[in-house]
Amino acid sequence: MTATTNAPPDTRRSHGDSGAPPGKRRSLGDLKVAMIFIAPATLGFVVFYIWPTLRGAYLSFTEYSLLSAPKFNGLANYDRMIHDSFFWNALGVTVEYVVINIGLQTVLAVGIAMLMYRLTKSITVRAIILAPYLVANVVVALVWYWMLDVQVGVVNTFLGWVGIDPIAFFGDSHWAIPTVAGINVWRHMGYTALLVFAGLQTIPSYVYEAAEVDGSTEWKTFWRITLPLLRPVLVMVLVVTMIGSFQIFDTVAVTTQGGPINATRVIYYYIYERAFTRFDFGYASAMALVLFAILAVVSLVQLRLLRARESDLA
Amino acid sequence: MSLSSGSVRQVTVGRTVAWVLLFILLIVTLFPFYWMLRTAFSDNTQLPGHPNSLLPVETTLGAFKRVLGLSSIEEAQAQGGSGAAVNFWLYLRNSLVVATITTVCQVFFSAMAAYAFARLRWPGRDKVFAVFLAALMVPPIFTTLPNFVLIKNLGLLNSFAGIILPGAFMTPFAIFFLRQFFLGINRELEEAAMIDGAGHRRIFFGMIIPLSAAPIATLAILTYINSWNDYFWPLLVGQQENVRVLTVALGVFRSQTPQGGPDWAGLMAATLIAALPMIILFLAFAKRITNSIGFSGIK
Repeated sequence: MTATTNAPPDTRRSHGDSGAPPGKRRSLGDLKVAMIFIAPATLGFVVFYIWPTLRGAYLSFTEYSLLSAPKFNGLANYDRMIHDSFFWNALGVTVEYVVINIGLQTVLAVGIAMLMYRLTKSITVRAIILAPYLVANVVVALVWYWMLDVQVGVVNTFLGWVGIDPIAFFGDSHWAIPTVAGINVWRHMGYTALLVFAGLQTIPSYVYEAAEVDGSTEWKTFWRITLPLLRPVLVMVLVVTMIGSFQIFDTVAVTTQGGPINATRVIYYYIYERAFTRFDFGYASAMALVLFAILAVVSLVQLRLLRARESDLA
Repeated sequence: MSLSSGSVRQVTVGRTVAWVLLFILLIVTLFPFYWMLRTAFSDNTQLPGHPNSLLPVETTLGAFKRVLGLSSIEEAQAQGGSGAAVNFWLYLRNSLVVATITTVCQVFFSAMAAYAFARLRWPGRDKVFAVFLAALMVPPIFTTLPNFVLIKNLGLLNSFAGIILPGAFMTPFAIFFLRQFFLGINRELEEAAMIDGAGHRRIFFGMIIPLSAAPIATLAILTYINSWNDYFWPLLVGQQENVRVLTVALGVFRSQTPQGGPDWAGLMAATLIAALPMIILFLAFAKRITNSIGFSGIK
């Protein structure tokens, strides 16, 4: 789950000053006790976060098949990547997925959040729309795999009623990525809507009252007031959902497994294949590092956008 | 909240349309769950003949028996199963073991660290915390590859330890989450306890944890759900049956099912078994979980 699940109430409190005036304590403060308290977490952090990050960076400059020690080979992996049409295909497919997934999900989430905001504060409604998010990706993927089956899937039955021929959602290379993207929109839109919903509630009511006095229509109010004031929240939501979206794996792994003919071989899946079916760890690490860089750039750009808009309500 | 200054009639039409949309949304959200249920109780051989029957086709518990390893191979094959041995009881147990240990350890150790970051004063504290937080930026696959090598070299492939260890000590998010709450606890209480001679251990266990029971419970539930639903890591290190968790087992089951006529009923029974504990957990804590996302806002 992501860091936005809950940013608790008191982030603005002057952080961490543990009360006692400085100087009353020795300069080392509670260092001894603190070391005991952070020891387990630090152990886990160093062994499973820091060390693998450094090692992953190193492995990306090596040839490594798990059987013998990694052999340093300079930039060979990166050179190979530039000429690897599968890599570029994987990037392209991933971007297509992200654009469809995030585009659809964000629009729907804002719509759902507005609906809830205007119609009902019911916790039951909110709980229901959150439900898909709490079920495993794998479960969601399989249920839809069944519902979207070309021969006996219920969705194609519905389509038949309105005169549409059965669609091979997973078997047709044009449909496969939009289908996978749609499935994950179904899983995430409620969660995203709740984040937007929380943002809507931070907009003070006097803004709306003023708009009403000015005779603004609801439609105009949405575009001129709600959306601009929501922008900081939206950008934050976009950063988090987009990072998650780039890491699409589970749905592909249990349904199409990259097919038909590479149509859904997303970058995560390609890295996984390289590492765990070809044991090409060096190359896989290099691609993972590139993905890391792409995600960092994407989030930095978005966060900059956030900062530029932060003063909207000020 | 009456925004619209249009005529009453307009408002009513608008609101009616909005309610209809919301209703459709709820149906779209709930229908797949229902369809999973409906299919799981159906006879697989009869499914293709009744693709749009809203009720289970030839209601039977056969699919559940099949995936729980309770029916013979002949029986299973007669009902459209692959006949391959599957035992979702075992996978259910494995998921329980993994999610429970991961949650208990991760939340406890993260709480300890959060206490040090929130309530203790020591040089370099905020810098160390920033480094911990920075790890949120690293995409999991990047650390997963070397972690796999490490677990393999330690000889822990296909063991619970191998599946659990990377998540057992902390996640940056858990520490961040709890630190926020610990920061908000009244300082005077703590000082009073100190005057009474309480050490940090007593303050942590006797005061901080009880006072933060609600956020700790929320975090534990979220951690449990995440751990239960995780697929990628257990897929890499826990393929063998004796440690295979539900998500991995579902992937295997799906790849084993006959290509020509898949065992849809069996597959849906299996997904239901995998999803049910989370659905129950959600029903029990719906309000807490929903509010943890709804009202906290993101900053």
